[in-house]
Amino acid sequence: MSSILDVLWLLIALPLGSAVVLLLAGRRADRWGHYLGCATVAASFVLGVLAFLALQARTDRSVEETLFRFLGVGSLKVDIGLLYDPLSAVFVLLITGVGLLIHVYSIGYMAHDSARRRFFAYLNLFVAAMLLLVLANNFVVVYIGWEGVGLASYLLIAFWYYKPAAASAAKKAFLMNRVGDVGLALAIFLMFANLGTTSYSGVFAGVGNLSSVTATTVGILLLLGACGKSGQFPLQAWLPDAMEGPTPVSALIHAATMVTAGVYLIVRASPIFNASPTAQLMVCIVGAVTLLIGCIIGCAKDDIKRVLAYSTMSQIGYMFLAAGLGGPAYALAILHLLTHGFFKAGLFLGAGSVMHGMKDQTDIRRFGGLARVMPATAITFGLGYLAIIGLPPLSGFFSKDPIIQHAFDRPGWSGWAFGGAALLGAGLTAFYMTRLMVLTFFGRRRWAAASGGQLPEPKESPWVMTAPMGALAVGSVAAGFLLSNADALSNWLAPVVGAPVESVAHKLEPLTVTWSVLGAVMLGVVIAAAMFARGTARSEPVTANPIVLAARRNLYADVINEAVFVRLGAWAMRVLVFVDSRGVDGTINGLAAVCGGTSARLRRLQTGFVRSYSLTMLVGVVAVILAFSLAVFR
Amino acid sequence: MSPTYYLILAAALFTIGAVGVLVRRNAIVVFMCVELMLNALNLTLVTFSRINGTLDGQVMAFFVMVVAAAEVVIGLAIIMAIFRSRSSTSVDDANILKY
Repeated sequence: MSSILDVLWLLIALPLGSAVVLLLAGRRADRWGHYLGCATVAASFVLGVLAFLALQARTDRSVEETLFRFLGVGSLKVDIGLLYDPLSAVFVLLITGVGLLIHVYSIGYMAHDSARRRFFAYLNLFVAAMLLLVLANNFVVVYIGWEGVGLASYLLIAFWYYKPAAASAAKKAFLMNRVGDVGLALAIFLMFANLGTTSYSGVFAGVGNLSSVTATTVGILLLLGACGKSGQFPLQAWLPDAMEGPTPVSALIHAATMVTAGVYLIVRASPIFNASPTAQLMVCIVGAVTLLIGCIIGCAKDDIKRVLAYSTMSQIGYMFLAAGLGGPAYALAILHLLTHGFFKAGLFLGAGSVMHGMKDQTDIRRFGGLARVMPATAITFGLGYLAIIGLPPLSGFFSKDPIIQHAFDRPGWSGWAFGGAALLGAGLTAFYMTRLMVLTFFGRRRWAAASGGQLPEPKESPWVMTAPMGALAVGSVAAGFLLSNADALSNWLAPVVGAPVESVAHKLEPLTVTWSVLGAVMLGVVIAAAMFARGTARSEPVTANPIVLAARRNLYADVINEAVFVRLGAWAMRVLVFVDSRGVDGTINGLAAVCGGTSARLRRLQTGFVRSYSLTMLVGVVAVILAFSLAVFR
Repeated sequence: MSPTYYLILAAALFTIGAVGVLVRRNAIVVFMCVELMLNALNLTLVTFSRINGTLDGQVMAFFVMVVAAAEVVIGLAIIMAIFRSRSSTSVDDANILKY
């Protein structure tokens, strides 16, 4: 029987083929390249939906498909194989669905860029790599996809490579990702060394045989990989800089899909984390720390995209926290990931629309009063805003509230710590998002005063941009309820992460938690509204309290990286260069110089005068005779 | 008459030849000095043959003569060739084969 599930590779091959065609065709494809890019992603989306329906009709909700042998060295056998199960299915729909909307949006956003074809080629490459990542059935193939999305991310951040900021941001993202990739690679090596396999089924079946130290090590290395890709503490510094790329890239890669790959990895590797409470605790700590860092810095930034970037970091912190809690919270991590994919992509597209209208201005201190001139953007952005702060009944409420609930449920002091952090984060999220919303869309028109009437009235973006924003806004509103209603997503994911527990004894009453979360959110909204309703100065005040000053400098993340890693690395490199040039090279060069110098002097003996040669011969003969005589007559 | 005198004469001739090779510049003279050394050697061979009462040395002397004849042919040809190209028979002028 030939079904859609037998040709899963098409999902990946279509966008990949399109990327290859667009890159090879060159300028010939300038006129139709963006249509091809959208069409292949649309085809992948249709295939994804069909595959989803086909999977739903099956009782055994897991399809494995081996395409070909990738590596066969001794006992190491790695196949390029695909696994389509409920978790992959959800991700395929998210990637192709949101990806399609953002592809369509990019047609309008990049319309005036002469390299639009190249942009679509990279976007398609990204979609293909991300699909490979989520469809893989072993960790090596995950790694291939992992590197593929890293490459696409690098290419897209540096899309405007002639801007020094973009070029160095791309380099930074690539290098910091590399730190995480080393963790993932080491985790794969450890799996193979201890279990002799890298396939999901083999590794997860053998987890019980691992010593607890090994399981913890593998878990922490996987976490390191996830931190790098997802911009989590301590590898978070690249994500805000990645906003130098075009806004659709920020929406697709650095908000909705790629940065959530870390969450995917942890949920996918849930058997390993279940075997190691220490690793789970680490995941929780990383999540809680990052969500607070993101919130705090988000409150102090003035760049609309950077605020959203820190918000992304903080929301992924929530997902990590949920994934670290384990058990029923795995499904919550994925739920938050999906709802976040909708509202954050929508917010980024809204930010892009604002920038489109404001001639690429990103400073929210120079916006204000845009709701009148850009109503569609304001409404879709507003719906995303309401969703992210967790206002019922929008998406964020259904995904964030249970995470906070489960964080409090963790036994012992850690429950209070994580729950408290998550609650504080919710309040801060409401504060900085309200600040962003109010300063951008309401209040005085600071941009008008700034240009002295020279700046033309900002116009609403074309429909090709507003339509995807509308679709994402609908998702922001409805996705949370639809996915969490009657535990729809939890039940769907049950084969992968375990069935949802029916009756959990909560430490705190659910209603208490909900009301405290709503209270914190309201407090944040009210404070921000009161502070910023009357607008703000056009440039940031020089004096501020120490927390704000620290937050403006990203809580010194770059300074710490510079001091600890860059300086140390540069110093170590100088030592190595010295040893190499003076020690190794010195020995070899010295030897060569001695030989060369000796020969240069010795060759002077070859004078070309026959008589000096014959004298030499005579001396030699005399010497030989003397030697013989001494030997004979002694 | 003691054969020792022949040996002394041979040594003297050899020394004259060797010094001549070392100090003279004219290639023809150098060549003649080489011949002188060879014939001093022949004299030594013949003398020892006489002293020992065997014919080995005399046979060897004939070989040396043959070799000397062949060497004269080659050597004079070389000298002719050098003279044609450099208009000189001085051995110091043929000194380009060096470092």
